[in-house]
Amino acid sequence: MRIKKKSSEVVGGDMTPMIDMTFQLIAFFMVLINFTQAEQDDRIVLPDSELAKPPDGPLEYPITLHLTKEGTVIIGGEEIPISGLQPYLSREANVLRIRGRPLSDATIVIRGHKDARTGRVQELIKECQSSNFEKFALRAKEDVGN
Amino acid sequence: MKVRNLSSNRSDKVEIPMTPMIDIVFQLLVFFIMTFQIVAQEGDFNIRMPLAAMSEGPPPIDQLPPMVVRMQADSQGNLAQISLNQRPMGVSMQRLHDEIRQVIGDDRGPGSVQETAEVELDCDYHLRYEHVIEAITAVSGYLDGSGNIVRLAEKIKFAPPRAAP
Repeated sequence: MRIKKKSSEVVGGDMTPMIDMTFQLIAFFMVLINFTQAEQDDRIVLPDSELAKPPDGPLEYPITLHLTKEGTVIIGGEEIPISGLQPYLSREANVLRIRGRPLSDATIVIRGHKDARTGRVQELIKECQSSNFEKFALRAKEDVGN
Repeated sequence: MKVRNLSSNRSDKVEIPMTPMIDIVFQLLVFFIMTFQIVAQEGDFNIRMPLAAMSEGPPPIDQLPPMVVRMQADSQGNLAQISLNQRPMGVSMQRLHDEIRQVIGDDRGPGSVQETAEVELDCDYHLRYEHVIEAITAVSGYLDGSGNIVRLAEKIKFAPPRAAP
């Protein structure tokens, strides 16, 4: 009887299309990935607004304050009461003075929780005004549903 | 003399091991997939809150008196009543928007009503902040058919805060 000789060759599929696709996927995710989440905090749910569009250019000197639902401010991961904000604001004001820039260059960006009380937002603004800050921006999330 | 079989040498392919590269590539892919998250776009509304010393001076002659939007809240912090210049208009932000749009009109450019108009928000202490943003959205503009923002009142400020209940 004749026995067939087994072939020792490995049948290799063409990997090129798969590698091409994988590299394209990696490129896609690399372009879209956003590591800059320093300004965001999970405890804050921003209110929606259809007019909340990203600005054309970055703010000159933004100081971001997160106002929680309970009315406290998050700085460096810690919640502090609005009345305890003065040391932080003084520090920011000193940094601006050292750089030789007026306080009017700074913009206080308020990221308020949507269920926070308006009175607390106004207290926060008043506290910043007492440190001579005068430019404010209320941050909202783009409402894509409308 | 020994002659080399050149033809057989030429047909030999140099096999580069692909497995480590594919491993790394897949690990990279998994990393990016795991860390990927769609972040909603955020935008700012500028509000004018000049310092007390600056606001003591007389206002410019062409400055119109501000349109006062009074927003009252119920005990839960929900919106109970909106009034524009003491004229009640229920809880409809659309109605507030229409009124502001009617006042400002289509005139744009230097010296126009749109440029000088000012809105003052007078809110109850415990009103939920999202209603303030809704009101600011209603008075500050709207999206036209092609998705561009048409600006209405750009000068928005808060009235002095009301006392906590």
